[in-house]
Amino acid sequence: MTVMKSLMGAAAALALTAGAALAEPALIFDLGGKFDKSFNEAAHNGAQRWADETGGTYREIELQSEAQREQALRRFAEVGANPVITMGFAMADPLSAVAADYPDTKFVAVDVTWLDAPNVRQIGFAEHEGSYLVGMMAAMASESGTVGFIGGMDIPLIRHFGCGYAQGAKAVNPDVKIVANMTGTTPAAWNDVVKGSELTKAQISQGADVIYAAAGGTGVGVLQTAADEGILSIGVDSNQNHLHPGKVLTSMLKRVDVAVYEAMKAGENVETGVFTMGLAEDGVGYALDDNNASLVSDDMKMAVDKARADIIGGNLSVVSYYENDSCPAISF
Amino acid sequence: MDFLTLIQVLDSTVRMATPLLLACLAGLYSERAGIFDIGLEGKMLAAAFFSAAVAAITGSVWMGLLAGVGASLILSGLHGLASVTFRGNQLISGVAINFLAAGLTVLIAQDWFHQGGRTPSLDGAARFGAIELPFAIGPADAEAAGRPLSQLLAEASPLQQFYSELISGQVILVYLTFLFVPLTAWILFGTRFGLRLRAVGENPAAVDTAGVSVTGLRYAAVAICGILCGVAGAQLATAEPAAGFIKDMSAGRGFIALAALIFAKWRPWHAMWACLLFGLFQALELRPDVLEAMVGLKVQAQLLGALPYVMTVVILAGFVGKAVPPKAGGEPYVKER
Repeated sequence: MTVMKSLMGAAAALALTAGAALAEPALIFDLGGKFDKSFNEAAHNGAQRWADETGGTYREIELQSEAQREQALRRFAEVGANPVITMGFAMADPLSAVAADYPDTKFVAVDVTWLDAPNVRQIGFAEHEGSYLVGMMAAMASESGTVGFIGGMDIPLIRHFGCGYAQGAKAVNPDVKIVANMTGTTPAAWNDVVKGSELTKAQISQGADVIYAAAGGTGVGVLQTAADEGILSIGVDSNQNHLHPGKVLTSMLKRVDVAVYEAMKAGENVETGVFTMGLAEDGVGYALDDNNASLVSDDMKMAVDKARADIIGGNLSVVSYYENDSCPAISF
Repeated sequence: MDFLTLIQVLDSTVRMATPLLLACLAGLYSERAGIFDIGLEGKMLAAAFFSAAVAAITGSVWMGLLAGVGASLILSGLHGLASVTFRGNQLISGVAINFLAAGLTVLIAQDWFHQGGRTPSLDGAARFGAIELPFAIGPADAEAAGRPLSQLLAEASPLQQFYSELISGQVILVYLTFLFVPLTAWILFGTRFGLRLRAVGENPAAVDTAGVSVTGLRYAAVAICGILCGVAGAQLATAEPAAGFIKDMSAGRGFIALAALIFAKWRPWHAMWACLLFGLFQALELRPDVLEAMVGLKVQAQLLGALPYVMTVVILAGFVGKAVPPKAGGEPYVKER
């Protein structure tokens, strides 16, 4: 019996030390999958950067269905992962249910800004500002005077992207025609490459010669078809310029990687509250590298950089779709 | 709405209808021989994955097509084994194939490519490109003229627009698929094999009495079904504008094909028109602006996506005439009865 007791004691002690050592961060990818070349992949890159720099390890899961959201949150919190980082607006409801049950665990929610929970770090991005800049570039690069927008799932966040884009395009050319389509109304719309391609073809036949995809994994199809058909496209979230060098005008960067990296770096002491990352914080921006250098003229760069400075300085304001659930430049 | 817009919508319709038509003809052979097959969806999905995967690995789309057809044939063989040799329930076997394909494709894709259940993007010789017919205006002409293709097309004559946009510039599988419709009609209604195939779906006992193997005929039908589903899958994943496999990419097309088959009352030419109609719905779903111009009010795109199913229910309810399936459909043949 005593042997048994000491054995169990030893096992418990081991489990405890293991638990302490396991206070590693956890990352929950949204339905698009880790390698969507966009939103989730940016998070993966940020986490990988942290792991490479510190030699740390982190836990991760790629969600396969809606039902797994709360389950994954609870499992990571139970095994002592800290902080637990979640991707996407759809984690808001599960988070509000779970966060209160684990007051000692810190949660980091990307794309969620409206929860009332003391142990959640909520990070929003000013996507409309970044989209405004790429919208300007689209209108300047377009020869036909028609630009396109292809969103993923039809949610306010994606309309927020489209709204900023339309305002930017109209700022350059008030007569520009903007063709906007959403891929779908379910989370499957984040990963529907086939429909992305078909929508691109449909927009091209309506005259669009620059198309901005804010659609997660679906965007892979948009960029592919745009390159096949010889028109320009604009990537989103990650820098997607390298996918089709010389065919992708630019990418609207949403620095999810920075948000994830910083949260992991701060570890258990990560600051909670609501944070917004805009142009001023370099949370959003446009991508310029070797792959698109020939596409971005000096005029274009000057105009966009001036607009960027104006937005940061407060001389130019981009209307957010969230303000009154409608957009002055386009109706969806 | 001008003529060119109409042609563009029809162009998209043809592209959307091709995998439907292939799957529909596959179901036609199988069901005419008395084997119900709701596993069309699963076979297409498996073929889509293996064609894209092998095309990505070997760099040759033809190898991919072969692999896709092979994968679909194996699943067909399973279905044949369960429903012909072991006289099992054909619906359950079909459902099992659908689940098997949905799970296995993602699992294998994740293991082979580590890209979250998709294959790498295909390029160049690893996918079917559009074929430019002679005298058609294509990307090459646009490059030579230094102007966008859409501009050149807009200035062309209506006949040239029709020829360049709709007839030319399709993938080879599209042409083959539409050639296969008259061929199927001839096989089914003009050859001895077709007569026996239809007979085995209506009255297998009579065929057996005539000394023809019921089992052999049914396996032949299931095999043809497998080959056609394989081509349908390859068209989905490797024909331009598609460029690779993604999870669940068949997206219910196998079921729409079944709906089209009932709509067509198990006849080849009617199957083509039914698939084109359902393809048109899918194409219009992508062009809300065209629909708005046509009917003058904003129609929800989702409504169009649901129309094939709604129409099938209407037909089944007997509004457009009775759809009578082959008499012996779904019944395993027992010799001694």
